[in-house]
Order: sequence, then C-alpha cells, then structure tokens
Amino acid sequence: MHIPDGFISTPVAAAGIAVAAGSIAYAVKATNKKMGEKQIPLMGVLAAFIFAAQMLNFPVAGGTSGHLIGAALAAILLGPWAGVLIMTCVLIVQSLIFQDGGLLALGVNIFNMGIVACFVGYYLYRGIASLFRKRKLGIMVGSGLAAWFTVVIASVACAVELAISGTVPLGVALPAMAGIHALIGIGEGVITAAVLALVLATRADLLELQKA
Amino acid sequence: MEVKSEMKFKWWHGALILALLLAILSPLASSSPDGLERVAEDKGFINAALEPFFEIVPDYVIPGVTNEAVATILAGIVGTLILFGIGYGLAKLLRAKGEA
Repeated sequence: MHIPDGFISTPVAAAGIAVAAGSIAYAVKATNKKMGEKQIPLMGVLAAFIFAAQMLNFPVAGGTSGHLIGAALAAILLGPWAGVLIMTCVLIVQSLIFQDGGLLALGVNIFNMGIVACFVGYYLYRGIASLFRKRKLGIMVGSGLAAWFTVVIASVACAVELAISGTVPLGVALPAMAGIHALIGIGEGVITAAVLALVLATRADLLELQKA
Repeated sequence: MEVKSEMKFKWWHGALILALLLAILSPLASSSPDGLERVAEDKGFINAALEPFFEIVPDYVIPGVTNEAVATILAGIVGTLILFGIGYGLAKLLRAKGEA
C-alpha cells in the first residue's frame, strides 16, 4: 500500500509529513525511557524481518498480491511508539533506496502504515486478548484479528487521502481499497499470529516487555 | 567444540538469520500488482503516479546484475542488513539518551 508520488495532492502530502514528524519526535521521547537491554536487538531484528517480509508478496484473488505490513507485530512486541519508529525506519529506507513509496508521500505512508496501524493494532490486540481466560489463545486470536484490521484501517486511511487529493471519489476508492485489503489482511493476521506463536515457544519473555 | 561466552548464539542471531532467509526467498514473491496498484488500475488513476526523482535500487533489483533472481536476493539481503543496523543503532541511541 505504498503510495507513490502523484497519487496525493501537495497539501495532503505536506500534512502527512507534518503529522509524521511530530509523531516521530514524540515517539523518541516516549521510547527512550522504556528502552531496555533486550529491546535493542529486538528493534534491530524486527526492522530487518519486516523489511524482508514486505518483499514477499503473496497472491490474493484476481491477479492481485499483498504483503505483510508488520505494524501490528512491531507494536505488540515493543509498544505502539517503538512500533512507529520501526515502521518509519522501514518506510524511509524503502522510499530512499528502493523507490517503493514516494518521497513526498513518505509522511502519509508513515501515517497509514506506521501511526494508524501501530496504534489501532496495539490497542485492539490488548482489548481482544484480555477477553480470553487462556493467555496463549488470547494472544493468538487477538494478534490475528488486530493485525487483519490494521491492514483494512490503513487502506481506509489511504482511500480517504486519495479522495481528499481529488484523485478518485471516496465512494469509489473506499469500497475498492477496503475490499481488497480485507483479503490481503488475512495474510497479515496469519503471519503475525504465527510469528508470535514462534516467540511464545522460544522466547516467551519477549512478550512481557510491554508490561514492565 | 568450545564456544567462547561472547560468541554464544543468541536468540536474535536466529531471528536475523530467519529474516535473511526470507530475503533469499524474495524472487519467489508474486509480481502481481498490490492492493493499491490494483485499485489504481481498475479505477483509472494509475497514470497519476510520478516517476521517482532518483533511482538507487528500483523495484528491489540491484542494477547491473544480469541474473534478476540474484539481483533481487542481493537487494533483499542489503536492505535487511541495513534495517537491522538502523533498528539496532536507533535502539542503542534511545537507550543511551534515556539513561542520561
């Protein structure tokens, strides 16, 4: 869902850059107090894993593909603000080096796939997981559903930005974007829950970092 | 075989290897348009996209490498290592700042 330059208007792109810059500045303040020794390699491998996984487009219906965003995974493991920082790193490198996602559109892409996806994913996960008496089941169901929804909500944000930019009417963009991303999001949910299952089986303590 | 304590295999070494393995699988990725590109094609605004201002490694293919699968794998490995370095370095900086 990396928006290229040209899809969004200059005011929308500028607003995205302003919101992203403010959020990143706050994220630095919010995370530096909570950064422990264990989080250092975790931030490195999450950024690396999300970049690599984003290259692996999987086919969905009708000659379309999708790939992991990874925001829910990052936010569940490290909290929403650290998640925003990880997604920002990935999106900046993708835009600057790999020409995936426009330079002017970088702020809007950080907003959709970083800020919106991390916060919605994190709090939805916490909410759903808390409904389960069995902790492990709660983590699996909560992360899967929350990760699915992050893809849909990011695509809705993208549709609204395209509409405000005058690129395509909202009534056209919204159902099309939400519809295809409801399918792509299934992959996000499955991958996110599978990675967390692996973490639970090998280093369950990493899922406790958020509670400290 | 004796392993020195500072050389011990840590959990995140395994995680980084997993990420690099994913990068090596990258030529298997679907080349179909993604969700946004699909909608842009179907709804007729795909041509609104501007060419990038500059190109370094466009489309995750290292330029100058003739075998496209190899060029994609190299791009994946380079990107994965860059992001590990940035993520790790940023976290170290934040921790140092938090302790100060």
